[in-house]
Amino acid sequence: MDDPEKIKKEKERWQEKMRQKSKERRQKFVTTSSEPVEPLYTPDDIADTDYLRDIGFPGEFPYTRGVYTNMYRGKLWTMRQFAGFGSPRDTNKRFHYLLKHGETGLSTAFDLPTLMGYDSDHPRSLGEVGVCGVAVDTLKDMEIIFDGIPLDKVSTSMTINSPASILLAFYIVVGEKHGVSPKHLRGTIQNDILKEYIAQKEYIFPPEPSMRIITDTMRFCKDEVPGWNTISVSGYHIREAGSTAVQELAFTLADGFVYVEYGIKAGMAVDEFAPRLSFFFNSHLDFFEEIAKFRAARRIWARRMKEKYGAKDPRSWLLRFHTQTAGCSLTAQQPENNIVRTACEALAAVLGGTQSLHTNSMDETLALPSEKAVKIALRTQQILADEIGVAHTIDPLAGSYYIESLTNKMEQQAEVYFQRIESLGGVIPAIEKGFFQKEIADAAFRYQEEINRKERIIVGVNDYIEEGEKIDIPILKIEPEVEKEQVRNLKKIKEMRDNEQVKSCLQKLRNAAGEGGNLMPRFIECARVYASLGEMIQVLREEFGEYRETAVF
Amino acid sequence: MKERKIRVLIAKPGLDGHDRGAKVIAASLRDAGMEVIYAGLRQTPEMIVEASLQEDVDVIGLSILSGAHMTIFPRVLELMRENGMDDVLLTGGGIISEEDIQKLEKMGTGKLFGPGTNTNDIVAYIKEWCEKNRRAVEKEEVDS
Repeated sequence: MDDPEKIKKEKERWQEKMRQKSKERRQKFVTTSSEPVEPLYTPDDIADTDYLRDIGFPGEFPYTRGVYTNMYRGKLWTMRQFAGFGSPRDTNKRFHYLLKHGETGLSTAFDLPTLMGYDSDHPRSLGEVGVCGVAVDTLKDMEIIFDGIPLDKVSTSMTINSPASILLAFYIVVGEKHGVSPKHLRGTIQNDILKEYIAQKEYIFPPEPSMRIITDTMRFCKDEVPGWNTISVSGYHIREAGSTAVQELAFTLADGFVYVEYGIKAGMAVDEFAPRLSFFFNSHLDFFEEIAKFRAARRIWARRMKEKYGAKDPRSWLLRFHTQTAGCSLTAQQPENNIVRTACEALAAVLGGTQSLHTNSMDETLALPSEKAVKIALRTQQILADEIGVAHTIDPLAGSYYIESLTNKMEQQAEVYFQRIESLGGVIPAIEKGFFQKEIADAAFRYQEEINRKERIIVGVNDYIEEGEKIDIPILKIEPEVEKEQVRNLKKIKEMRDNEQVKSCLQKLRNAAGEGGNLMPRFIECARVYASLGEMIQVLREEFGEYRETAVF
Repeated sequence: MKERKIRVLIAKPGLDGHDRGAKVIAASLRDAGMEVIYAGLRQTPEMIVEASLQEDVDVIGLSILSGAHMTIFPRVLELMRENGMDDVLLTGGGIISEEDIQKLEKMGTGKLFGPGTNTNDIVAYIKEWCEKNRRAVEKEEVDS
């Protein structure tokens, strides 16, 4: 039997020997998040860990080893590439291309006007239509995007926040037209407004009305669209904004707790809605730190849901998550190297037990991905799944002294953040005080400084530089014609639809916004008569007001 | 005479909210001793030029990742010309292709920076630009 005290002593002896005998090649070894890393981890580092209490079995509380009993031996993760650009027709074509090459779920990227609730003909949309994603103005666009796609078989994720419930309404009506009942639709809307205030900044309304729209959607979906994930609580964007791994973990879970609390406050039982909350994390460069983060996330969520929020249904305890490899880790220099970075990050996500995965394409620091680049990214997942044996056994890194101690440490550090957030009055007051924004900006600045000083090496950027390098990969270009065509199509729809009906549906939406009825059925009515996204959002802007942040740097 | 600090306005035009780069640059310029006015998100070209006039800045720095740079930079340049701001540098960075960078620099922007740029290089560029152009202003004053 191991004696932790004895091991600790022996380790000290060994460390002394190491220090005397050899010089280390760096002054300090740190993770991507600037956390110190020891030369060696031993049983004494996890002496306090109780296997059955803290690690357990896959599919069993506290789910450290995975949310499902059989994990990838049953079913592989869903390979889901985030896609959307140009016109609805372009995006439909890309969706078919991805499905043809073995993708198993869809993920829709919308353009900035859509994310911000402006139609393509709005002055603020100028130059941005179809550029970062696909443009959606009315139901018609969604009909085209999902043309020929079996909505009862494929699950669809939509990266949209402030207008999320409107896009879901469009999707429900497209389903009706395909003859698929909302009861059989499967998918996710991101719908995580809190991380928008914290990191990505695609917010429209102030926090309280935003939270009301979200709880309305949760309530509607639990009865009408039971297979839908109503929120994808997202750390991805927090990390991309420059946070550390622990900040991503802590801020995301803290946001998740707020949604649970608002759901309960809105009169729902926790087990009615919590099983439909899902998560979305980043997988960055530091291999072990990322794996530990995913494992810690599952354990923290399960414990809180059971112990603090009193969830009884085990499905409420499960932290199911999507992962995207880190866009911010990619380099514009020598872009082919990004294939390797992405492969490592994807491997961390798989070893961390992700439910679905997007692998970035090598060209994403230069433009939206070309067909060739996105195919290599998808093939990367297929190689991980089928060739290297990592999906054969569950959570194979469990029991590693490093991984387990890092998992414990990240859980503890997250708990410290939860207390700090609590002491600021909770997540929303902390947002209003700029707490998260400042923490993230500081971490981003520190990271950049480390690169400037070459304490952190990025191949092709601050070392192994190729002077006068010519970029030699195809680049996708969005032609300005897309914007003109989208504006023309919107004009046509506005002429063809029954404008009296549109007016009356928008009025009903306004009444519900003011009086407090559930907004979801109103969005669906508006969608059916081809009211535009911009028109619906405008009504809500007038009823709810707009949010302005106080910027900190 | 005490030299006036270099004044820089940093803004994110367009609808995109990814402000990591803008904030890192703002902090770097501040640490390098410049006066940074962080205008923040969703600034229209009109708002940017208006604020730059009011704040009497030497440099405008725009961060654009959304692909809208070919609409936004030319519009800001046009407004700057209309307002006689020939002594103000318009620079920036983001996801901008080499081809577009060349076009924009020809139109009259200063240097534009892509991902992976060392922030010290941006600091040095702005300092150098201001040194040259301020000297030019002083010279003019002496001549006249």
